[in-house]
Amino acid sequence: MNIVLFLAPFSLLLGGMGLAAFFWTMRSGQYEDPQGDAARILEDHLDEGPPATPARD
Amino acid sequence: MTDLVASRDLEAFVRRDARGEGRLELLVSGARCAACINRIERGVTALPGVSAARLNLTTGKLAVTLAERGAEPGQVMQAVEALGYRVAPYDPAEAVANEDREGRELAIALGVAGFGAGNVMMFTVPAWAGLFGQELGPSTLSLMYWLAALVATPCALFAGRPFFRSAWASLRRGKANMDVPISIGVLLTLAVSFSETLQHGRHTYFDAAVTLLFLLLIGRYLDHKLRARARSAAKDLLALQAPVAMRLAGDGIEHGVPVGEIAVGDRLAVAPGERVPVDGVVESGASTLDNALITGETAPADAAPGARLHAGALNLSGRLVMTASARSEDSTVAAIARLMEAGAQSRSAYVRLADKAAGLYVPIVHAAAALTFVAGWAVGLGPREALLRAAAVLIVTCPCALGLAVPAVQVAACGRLFRKGVLVKSGAALERLAEVDHLVFDKTGVLTEGRPQLIDARAHLVAMAAPLARASRHPLARALAAAAGAGPVATGVAEAAGLGVSGVIDGRPARLGRAEFVGVEGADRRETELWFGFEGETKVRFRFEDRARSDAAAAVAALRARGLSVEILSGDLSGPVERIARQAGIEAWRAGLTPFEKADAVQALKDAGRKVLMVGDGLNDAAALAKAHASIAPGAAVDAAQTAADLVFTGEQLGVVVDALDTARGAKGRALQNFGFSAFYNAVAAPAAMLGLINPFVAALAMSGSSMVVLLNAIRPELRRRMQGGVR
Repeated sequence: MNIVLFLAPFSLLLGGMGLAAFFWTMRSGQYEDPQGDAARILEDHLDEGPPATPARD
Repeated sequence: MTDLVASRDLEAFVRRDARGEGRLELLVSGARCAACINRIERGVTALPGVSAARLNLTTGKLAVTLAERGAEPGQVMQAVEALGYRVAPYDPAEAVANEDREGRELAIALGVAGFGAGNVMMFTVPAWAGLFGQELGPSTLSLMYWLAALVATPCALFAGRPFFRSAWASLRRGKANMDVPISIGVLLTLAVSFSETLQHGRHTYFDAAVTLLFLLLIGRYLDHKLRARARSAAKDLLALQAPVAMRLAGDGIEHGVPVGEIAVGDRLAVAPGERVPVDGVVESGASTLDNALITGETAPADAAPGARLHAGALNLSGRLVMTASARSEDSTVAAIARLMEAGAQSRSAYVRLADKAAGLYVPIVHAAAALTFVAGWAVGLGPREALLRAAAVLIVTCPCALGLAVPAVQVAACGRLFRKGVLVKSGAALERLAEVDHLVFDKTGVLTEGRPQLIDARAHLVAMAAPLARASRHPLARALAAAAGAGPVATGVAEAAGLGVSGVIDGRPARLGRAEFVGVEGADRRETELWFGFEGETKVRFRFEDRARSDAAAAVAALRARGLSVEILSGDLSGPVERIARQAGIEAWRAGLTPFEKADAVQALKDAGRKVLMVGDGLNDAAALAKAHASIAPGAAVDAAQTAADLVFTGEQLGVVVDALDTARGAKGRALQNFGFSAFYNAVAAPAAMLGLINPFVAALAMSGSSMVVLLNAIRPELRRRMQGGVR
């Protein structure tokens, strides 16, 4: 049963990492322009990642 | 157009930060693919003084960062236009308001609830094993519950904030909306579960509390997305109609200013093809004005120095310089705007379907829970068991299905309409549209195409006049050119504003325009017409009329078949109105109405108990649109009409009105089905909870099961379409 004491926090950690990743994608504006991102990936020099500053001031 | 843009100062549309760096937002239409992104971003970034440009393909917005000095916003617009895209500046105030705080908050709450709902099951599912005879040891069970509490409580409290806030606001107004039972349910569930855990009981519902919020947040998020998309699309339409006025400075340079900033006495330039921004008086220039959107009249009116101009009139032929006699909010429009406000207020009193359901649901469920507690205690269950059963009633009758019932259906229905070119502004609009029983059409621009077309002309005459017509931008000349098709253009063309155009065709001087301009004596000017003639030869007359939309009669017949009575209320003269009414097959029509008479007519119908659907496009319709039970405006309508209307349709076909009505009625039926299912589910689940038959396992199954049924029912038409391989 001791394994539970290890596995339970570990699984929470994994889940928490997923949640943190979700927050990161929100904050870095990755849902701002799904159509544009789909098009940008086709052109090498356009595929430079999400915008540096999302539309937030 | 291009050279006009370049000479304008559009600094008012740039937001500068402390370091002087500017941010300009432009709405670009026509960009569709990676190549467009490439061309636009490269073209704009190459301009001097532009440090960055990024095009959002989803929203069509181009964000340009301008360095302190160098690039003029006008140059940026010119560069994009030169690439072949239509472009309009975005009002900075609106650009800020556009950022979607609420959507971001809901998405984060949804993420947290999803994390909580997924992870809490790790600890509650092993505990359910005890229900099937595979009991965990008491200390392990206790550990599982405490771990579940550790995950669920912070997640539920965080993800529930949108509901708690709305419930509190509603309670303070002395009402109970759907968020009240949700908030009470979640908080009570958490409290009961803690007390059970402390007393080593097994009725803990930590998973139920978080899952409930997760499912409800899906519905809330869908509803929000729907409203946000319609809002931004409506704003884009307004931006494309360019709320920019060109103010003349002392030095004669045109400065672009948002219409809202115009002061009385400002001198404004109105180029051909633009709308008059505010009420005013012509100072210099001569032109013809199209007042169709304001008064509904189809015949163009003359404008000479000293003439009064109404905001919204379209300048057809010559450049005008005017003096503003009213601010934008004090223009003739002000009275209409006040009427619109009154209409919108009466509309906000409309009780939405979900709130009607909540009005029934809240007292019944809370009474049932209270009764369970009192009766349970009275028959000797003891306070703890009685409270547990009361809590179980609240949990198992959770309004999940109710909360999802309407938004899921409306999102699906609006998506369907969106693909057909109809923009629905809110879910409530769809509900109101489903109830209408009387239809009021405006004539110009709604039943008709809103632009003149050549009638009964002989082909060789048209071909003869066409070279001159192609050189003019007057709408009648354009209609003539369109009828003639492509061909040569006259040389030495000179346009006399408000009169006509002269030029040389095959070496012979010719004139096209007003009777007196072409040289016809004593001509009758009642109809919309153009004269043409070579110098010294016989003059020819071309007649034009505003034709009914091709499917007007079919659409009217289809609407009648759906039980609606149809009527025309127009500001135009009775002749054209009667003709169009006959073509469209409508018996009831009234002509020559002022905007206020239109609004009164709609009010009278309302007082008589009719639910009116108004379809209109002009400023003169705006008040009536706002007063009507539901309203639709075409995409070519003026700002005010689009703002007042619930639905906006693009495209040339009137048949979409029928589609919209069918979809709205279908959506209402489906939402009612969902309510029926929820009521049935609650009618079974509530007594079961009262009798103590519900345990945490059954509650979890029942709750997510009922939500799934409601969601599947909402997307059933979509599923059927996909299975049959229907086309998009």
